[in-house]
Amino acid sequence: MDRNGRRLTAVGLGLAALLPLAFLGVFFAWPVATIVGRGFVTGGALDLTAIDDVLGSARTWQAIGSTVAQSLVGTVLAVVLGVPGAYVLYRLRFPGRTAARALVTVPFVLPTVVVGVAFRSLLVEGGPLGFLGADGTFGAVVAALVFFNYAVVVRTVGSMWSHLDPRPEQAARALGASPWRAFREVTLPALTPAITSAASLVFLFCATAFGVVLVLGGPGYGTVETEIWVQTTQFLDLRAAAVLSVVQLVVVSASLAVSGWSRRRREAALRLQADGTVDHLVRRSDLPLVALTAVVAGGLLVTPLATLLVRSLRTPAGWGLDNYANLATTGSENTLEVSVWQATLNSLRIAVDATWIALLVGVLICVVLSRRPRHPGGRRAMGVLDGVFMLPLGVSAVTVGFGFLITLNRPPVDLRSSVILVPIAQAVVAIPLVIRTLLPVLRAIDQRLRQAAAVLGASPGRVFMSVDLPVLGRSLGLAVGFCFAVSLGEFGATSFLSRPDRPTLPVVVFRLIGRPGADNLGMALAASVVLALLTAGVIGVAERLRVQSAGADL
Amino acid sequence: MRHLVVRYGTTTAVDAVSLDIDPGAVVGLLGPSGCGKSTLLRAVTGLDQPSAGSVCWNGADLADVPVHRRGFGLMFQDGQLFPHRDVGGNVEFGLRMAGVDRAGRGRRVAELLELVGLAGFARRAVTTLSGGEQQRVALARALAPRPRLLLLDEPLSALDRALRERLAADLSSILARTRTTALYVTHDHDEAFTVADQVAVMADGRILQTDPPDRLWRHPVDRRVAVFLGYRWFVPATALGLHGAPAACTAALRPESLVVDPAGPLVARVVDQRFARGASTLRVDVGGLGEVEARAPGADLFPVGGCVQLRVDPAAVALLDR
Repeated sequence: MDRNGRRLTAVGLGLAALLPLAFLGVFFAWPVATIVGRGFVTGGALDLTAIDDVLGSARTWQAIGSTVAQSLVGTVLAVVLGVPGAYVLYRLRFPGRTAARALVTVPFVLPTVVVGVAFRSLLVEGGPLGFLGADGTFGAVVAALVFFNYAVVVRTVGSMWSHLDPRPEQAARALGASPWRAFREVTLPALTPAITSAASLVFLFCATAFGVVLVLGGPGYGTVETEIWVQTTQFLDLRAAAVLSVVQLVVVSASLAVSGWSRRRREAALRLQADGTVDHLVRRSDLPLVALTAVVAGGLLVTPLATLLVRSLRTPAGWGLDNYANLATTGSENTLEVSVWQATLNSLRIAVDATWIALLVGVLICVVLSRRPRHPGGRRAMGVLDGVFMLPLGVSAVTVGFGFLITLNRPPVDLRSSVILVPIAQAVVAIPLVIRTLLPVLRAIDQRLRQAAAVLGASPGRVFMSVDLPVLGRSLGLAVGFCFAVSLGEFGATSFLSRPDRPTLPVVVFRLIGRPGADNLGMALAASVVLALLTAGVIGVAERLRVQSAGADL
Repeated sequence: MRHLVVRYGTTTAVDAVSLDIDPGAVVGLLGPSGCGKSTLLRAVTGLDQPSAGSVCWNGADLADVPVHRRGFGLMFQDGQLFPHRDVGGNVEFGLRMAGVDRAGRGRRVAELLELVGLAGFARRAVTTLSGGEQQRVALARALAPRPRLLLLDEPLSALDRALRERLAADLSSILARTRTTALYVTHDHDEAFTVADQVAVMADGRILQTDPPDRLWRHPVDRRVAVFLGYRWFVPATALGLHGAPAACTAALRPESLVVDPAGPLVARVVDQRFARGASTLRVDVGGLGEVEARAPGADLFPVGGCVQLRVDPAAVALLDR
């Protein structure tokens, strides 16, 4: 390539970086800056009284306390149960293993509201586990969080374990280490990066859990996330909500830092071996772990969903499809402004918009971040961009929704009445997922492949079309699926932004379950089943497109 | 081990194998890749369960003894050092498992690193070592707890040829000096003959022959063994005019067996000639034997189609009963 050509490439990359930068500037940085401003500045001067007020209130500390407690307990339980699960599902060979792996993954992609409703249906008075009296308690919330995040641990740790060479452990055994000691001394250190990485992600997900806490937690139970929502929508105290959002940003950044650090360690530590050669048939000594995993999968994962399905078929008059028939109505006493089917249609339309926005921005970010410029200045610029684009990676949906609410509903940008506001918010939530799915794939392309294409006469555009795009193709399908499913189930941001006359399916479910009346509860259950089936269907199709080695171990 | 059988699903990787190892002896297990030799070794360690038969030590059946209580050492092809421990931490691992105190471990580690020629390497990270050094550390680690039997699974196969030859000689002398009883799995016959007192040739899950190297070399039990050792042509012994050979015997030839010699008894027509390693190899057509190869000392050129005379080097001919 001559000097001009190289300059052209740099200009092209700059343009490719500009759109995502502008998008994230308006729809991420600005709202976040506004939140911080709301919390710390009054009338142009620094004002810390709001912080004093908020941090001086027992309510806030209770919320922070439950957030930390539920995140810690949820993370520990998910790891303690998930590591044996990873062993059983990724190191043992048995019939039905693929189905079992898929089953374990289902909860992770289910909308939070659905999971909340499923656990409610299990724990309410009259439910199969109603006698525990756990409805609305800390235990119920933690159980639901473990339900979600079990898959994160199993898949993150399992995918590393399935590539781990078994021979160091065998060498330790031959040197006189008992099975448990060989695991502790050799395998566990090798798995530690994956476990830390999974644990920090789970902690992040637990700390930012919103829908599930709102549905399951009792009136006295609140976390930082739900407190932001309560302060905004019920007490209309935007300053308190802003301070709480800043608290949440700190929590999220800290767990992201741990996650990023352990991810780098995992990539450095990995000593790969081909999959398929390292698993073995179930031995007698494996049976306790197999039993444990079966109990977790059956008890924790299947029971709530089965209960949801069964109870959605129960009506005051006996068994039947009445609840599903009611989805064409607006609920008893007109709880809703539109029918559930209309809300479903809204959800699908919004998901289409959110998906193309997230993909457009996400793919551009990935293309830019996957380049390795040779000029030192270019490399520095790339390092800065990398940091900037990774910022929204774990931001909580509630912060996004709240930020939009106080930023984009008045001049200069008034999107309050625009139908595009909700899709944009959902795209901001989904973009990190697009990056996580696509970037590892693009980065794994050997730079020499691009160089070979260039030497053979391909222009930079042709290089992208002929080298990057084919590799990207199938992961792109997965990213589309993820985006669509995230958007369908998104509740945190949407609950702040959705208008009463254009609700999405999760918003409708939440509204129905919050209202008295057996009909409304039945409709909430039926609508949850519909939402779960839609999401699982989308993910199922996307998973089929997944290539074996294509990034994203979530 | 007695009548050992190991099956994976429907494939029988090891089929009724019996093998004895005398105390202090090094037995080489030689066979092409996929013949079941590594599986056999894993069954001896206890990492794989045999479907039938038994592994015994001093007459005691080891079926119920788990891997870590067998007191066997194991060395892999590519070391499998623990990446999160340094050289010393790797070597002392077995001693820690055995409950040896810190001072005892330190002495033994120094002693072994000295033995394998890596004195002073104890605090080095294993990732900084070359392939050959890693294998030396792996050997030291396996020898540290003084295993009753050391099992070596293709320990040198991942190294390049020059290093492999040098390490095979070192390994042989270390095993002899420490009087270690060992089972040495390899697909390279030079390596097996360098290290082992007894060599067992294995193919398709069965042991075809077990003998000391010289005997194996001179009297392969059948054509498969002979072919595996590098013999390529099989002719009636009488056609060579060898003294003292039984009449019904088959002679196995390799390129070194026939040498160009103007006084030799065999007459052959030259088909082709090529050079390698400072000698030339002729492809010749010998009456009664067909096309074989012969060595010619020096760099003389032989015209294709011309005649040469050959003699037989008896030391490079094997005699088969069948």
